[in-house]
Amino acid sequence: MSEEHGKPGQGIGARVPRKEDSRHLHGRGQYVSDTVIPGQREVAFLRSPVAHGIIRGIRKPANSEGRVFTRADLAEAKDIVAPSTLPTYKLSGQPPLAHGKVRFVGEPVVMCVARTRAEAEDLCEQVELDIEELPALVDSDVARFEKSNRVHEDWDDNLFLTLSADNGFDALSKKATVVVNREVELSRQAMVPMEGKAVVAYWDERADQLIMYYSTQTPHIVRTGIAQFLGLDEGQVRIIAPDVGGGFGYKVIVHPEELSVAWLAMKYRKPFRWIEDRREHLVSGANARQHHYRLTAYADDKGRLLALDAEITIDGGAYSNWPFTIGLEPGQATGNLPGPYDFQGYRCKTYCVATNKPGFMPYRGVARTGVCFAMELLMDAIARAVDRDPYEVRMENLVRPEQMPYDNVVKKHYDSGNYPAALALAREKFDHSKWAERQKKGEPDGRKIGIGYASYCEQSAHGTSVFATWGLPLVPGYDQSAVKLTPDGGLEVRVGVHSHGQGMETTFAQLAHEILGIDVQKIKITHGDTGTTPYSTGTYASRSIVMAGGATLKACQELIPRIVKIGAFLLGCKEDEARFDKALGVVGPDGRAVELKEICTVWYLRPDRAPLDVDRRGLEVSVSYKPDRDTGAFSYASHAVAVAVDTETGQVEILDYVIAEDCGTLVNPMVVEGQTLGGVAQGIGTAMYEEIQYDANGQPNASTLADYLLPGPTEIPNMRIYHMETPSPYTMYGIKGMGEGGAIAPPAVIFNAVNDALRATGVEVSKTPLTPHRLLEEIERARHQQMPKREAA
Amino acid sequence: MKAAAFEYLKPQDVPGAVKALAGSAGDAKPLGGGQSLGPMLNLRLARPKLLVDVSRLEAMRTIEDKGAFWRIGGAVTHSAIEDANLAGCTVMSDVARNIAYRTIRNRGTIGGSLAHADPAADWPLALPALAATIVIAGPAGERSVPAGKFMKGAFATELAEDELVVAVEVPKLSPGARWGYWKFCRKTGEFPEASAAMLMDPERKLARLWVGALDGAPQSLDALAADIAMRGTQAVSETSVSAALDLAVPGQEPVSRRLHVTAVRRAVQKGFN
Ligand SMILES: Cc1cc2nc3c(=O)[nH]c(=O)nc-3n(C[C@H](O)[C@H](O)[C@H](O)COP(=O)(O)OP(=O)(O)OC[C@H]3O[C@@H](n4cnc5c(N)ncnc54)[C@H](O)[C@@H]3O)c2cc1C
Repeated sequence: MSEEHGKPGQGIGARVPRKEDSRHLHGRGQYVSDTVIPGQREVAFLRSPVAHGIIRGIRKPANSEGRVFTRADLAEAKDIVAPSTLPTYKLSGQPPLAHGKVRFVGEPVVMCVARTRAEAEDLCEQVELDIEELPALVDSDVARFEKSNRVHEDWDDNLFLTLSADNGFDALSKKATVVVNREVELSRQAMVPMEGKAVVAYWDERADQLIMYYSTQTPHIVRTGIAQFLGLDEGQVRIIAPDVGGGFGYKVIVHPEELSVAWLAMKYRKPFRWIEDRREHLVSGANARQHHYRLTAYADDKGRLLALDAEITIDGGAYSNWPFTIGLEPGQATGNLPGPYDFQGYRCKTYCVATNKPGFMPYRGVARTGVCFAMELLMDAIARAVDRDPYEVRMENLVRPEQMPYDNVVKKHYDSGNYPAALALAREKFDHSKWAERQKKGEPDGRKIGIGYASYCEQSAHGTSVFATWGLPLVPGYDQSAVKLTPDGGLEVRVGVHSHGQGMETTFAQLAHEILGIDVQKIKITHGDTGTTPYSTGTYASRSIVMAGGATLKACQELIPRIVKIGAFLLGCKEDEARFDKALGVVGPDGRAVELKEICTVWYLRPDRAPLDVDRRGLEVSVSYKPDRDTGAFSYASHAVAVAVDTETGQVEILDYVIAEDCGTLVNPMVVEGQTLGGVAQGIGTAMYEEIQYDANGQPNASTLADYLLPGPTEIPNMRIYHMETPSPYTMYGIKGMGEGGAIAPPAVIFNAVNDALRATGVEVSKTPLTPHRLLEEIERARHQQMPKREAA
Repeated sequence: MKAAAFEYLKPQDVPGAVKALAGSAGDAKPLGGGQSLGPMLNLRLARPKLLVDVSRLEAMRTIEDKGAFWRIGGAVTHSAIEDANLAGCTVMSDVARNIAYRTIRNRGTIGGSLAHADPAADWPLALPALAATIVIAGPAGERSVPAGKFMKGAFATELAEDELVVAVEVPKLSPGARWGYWKFCRKTGEFPEASAAMLMDPERKLARLWVGALDGAPQSLDALAADIAMRGTQAVSETSVSAALDLAVPGQEPVSRRLHVTAVRRAVQKGFN
């Protein structure tokens, strides 16, 4: 897949095989739905069949007491309300079960409980809903201006919030000699983790706790949410996230179904289980990516961007989510649109509009897939306008290494990197001239070859200061790591973040190994349980390896003097004469060594052999960490692709896909590659397949995987990944986050390649996904537009 | 997404299956591989009271060489056809190989596919083009229908509620026959958006051209097929195919038309390559 990149050993930079893979590959993973609590009852939800309406009545079947619940029954549960300090932000309370109104197709209205899921669904069928339908608000461009028909009655329009930025726009736009307008759009999609939402909840009488097995990326903040919305003390709630089959942002949110099931367990003190099925996911989880951009670029004759004017409309759906709020998406869109480019004039207005669709949520790459798509299509459009190679125009505009660290037009602080070098590396490895020649020569089967590039930078591991500007009710601070040596010389690491596929059981062990030299197989990572791990806001925003990883590195470092103290005593030398060696243990001045294992044995089992003035804090420690400068460590990449476009079918085949990426110091190149592959696969989904369309009544057109296409193994090309390593100056070991990056560039790079292939035909596509149907429509339109011209000639 | 409750019956033989179907007044359905019926049960779009599992009936699971034709049981799976060595009918394996994915082919059956009658499915297009015959069993015994007459429309067939597809009979191709089959799928394993099949078998005086993945049942383009029989690929152009489709499938929107023109042209091209 790529040139072998990696250091020997098991520490930072080594290609250590993932420790967790054995259980996953043998089908021995443990997910929420593998949890069986004796006597557990199954839960099903009756969901709104209409997009917008007033609930006039709900008739429960006879004798369904204690088995069928509406909002009125859930008296102890509060509505999910996510406050925000962003100006113009309006509150939208989301009841655990719809109340008064339904606001999207798939909104849970009634909860039914039975011995089996099928019987719970039978019960749902017996409930009668009387809903008076209201006209649905489906198009965000319409809803934005609509004042009489509103998603939330207590608002005076349909705007969640409006953001704006204006930095140096007027002065710089005036200097432009080239003005380029484009409109680009992304469709609504679902995140489709392999495992959907899932909860098993029961009351543990002995602990006097609500225990929830919960498929989440963020157990600690979910606990805060559940406790708040049920009026419990946090100590009365324990969240256990076992193996999580993908999250992508869907699982950083407290969802109404989860709250409803928590209420059942609290109320009835029995176990209840709800496992989201694929249909529920597609219908009520259609919550991501839908942005609309109107862009004007002001450039000079060389294609150097001087100023950018943007209007962004985000189709926010019906509710703001807790705790990330709907403000996150417009905030990130407005702030990240300038991308990796050096220009000083920027004006942006971002509208986040309420519509009758599921509420928008942060999906891998949060807003950046959209802004990268917008910016990179614009770069190619500028190149066309000034008649230059899009690669050259990018080079003209990218932030240069000597400008680093660089504060961009919206004061984002790019910490380090060589953006042009990544683009150049992508072009070189891609072998641009080979593809250009093939393009010129033409394909024997008549397909058209296209070449595309896209560059982006990705804010990762941003901390308190950044999240505070997005107005969230809950801002991440320091992450903790608790490490403990075991009597036999192993290590236990407890962190509050949670892996949902990222391989953190391996990479965190590598970090600990880097400091203490313990075999990674003897390092056990515990995460995903509020009962056993220190507090963290969790895993999202490409933050875990920098934040909780940094804390782990620091914690391991803190153990060393304590280890040396015991070791020196055993060696009979002074503490300052001894040193710690990862391979040998504690080494004395004469070269004699005492193994770490021996030191652990002494502390735990034979304290009679320990020095009298031994460090009494022992061989365990909890340390907190966040980078001193927490504005983020920016990873970045350039992608290059070649496509073949069949103009008779609209089919696009990806012939080559090259990624040149830099995520700072690589902890495990193989894991970085795995994350990149998965991200790109999702990005290809956004680019070419995934889409939920709504009709005028707000009915979604895709509710099963027969209608909602995902790329499969034969649609994902072999990717070639190349690494650069520019350490971040702000983080431990220069590590940057990178979990989201892969999903950012694919729509941009694929559309640019397709537009390149079709340049002669005048077709320029700019709406995801690029279905054959959409492409054929454009081709047919261009054919008809060109016909008269040809006749005239 | 769990099915409503139903009873399950595993009959001993074909008459037993037919009897069970006949005895339950339209509330029963045969179960083949369950690859189409399963999702419909789970979505509660189909709510039979009784499922009569025909997928294990030996009489419907055999493939027999009958000399001039192959007789393939109605419960034979797509992958069994894919793996079979059907002398004179290897094109059947080629068609089977491109249905869905192997896991679905391992269960999905040819009889189930025909009875389900999805307009975009492969067998409802390939079998008429191959001039095959569908063998149906009912309370009155067996009867045969030409494959081209079996499907009546989208998800509608010749079958009565108490009838089964027990077999298909596929005539062997002459050595000089030309077969072309082409379909356009958005991705591997998806149902096609346009498909076409051509058989030119001069020895058997057969010239057949069918187009599928329409709103209704696949359609034959007889005049164009006859022209191809006389003039070969010269008979095929954008204009001639469009004209043929205008007659057989009037009123298609432009994108579908483009795809079907492409499908017909490429199927013919494949046949002559
Ligand atoms: C993801 C996916 C992709 C697919 N892709 C394709 C494709 O590319 N091309 C294609 O052609 N098909 C495709 N299929 C359909 C597949 O071929 C199924 O096997 C077929 O449609 C139904 O066959 P079955 O044996 O599973 O029938 P079942 O699902 O068991 O039954 C289907 C219907 O036929 C009836 N029935 C079943 N057997 C008989 C019988 N012997 N006599 C009378 N009635 C019967 C049932 O009562 C039911 O109404 C796909 C299916 C899936 C799930």
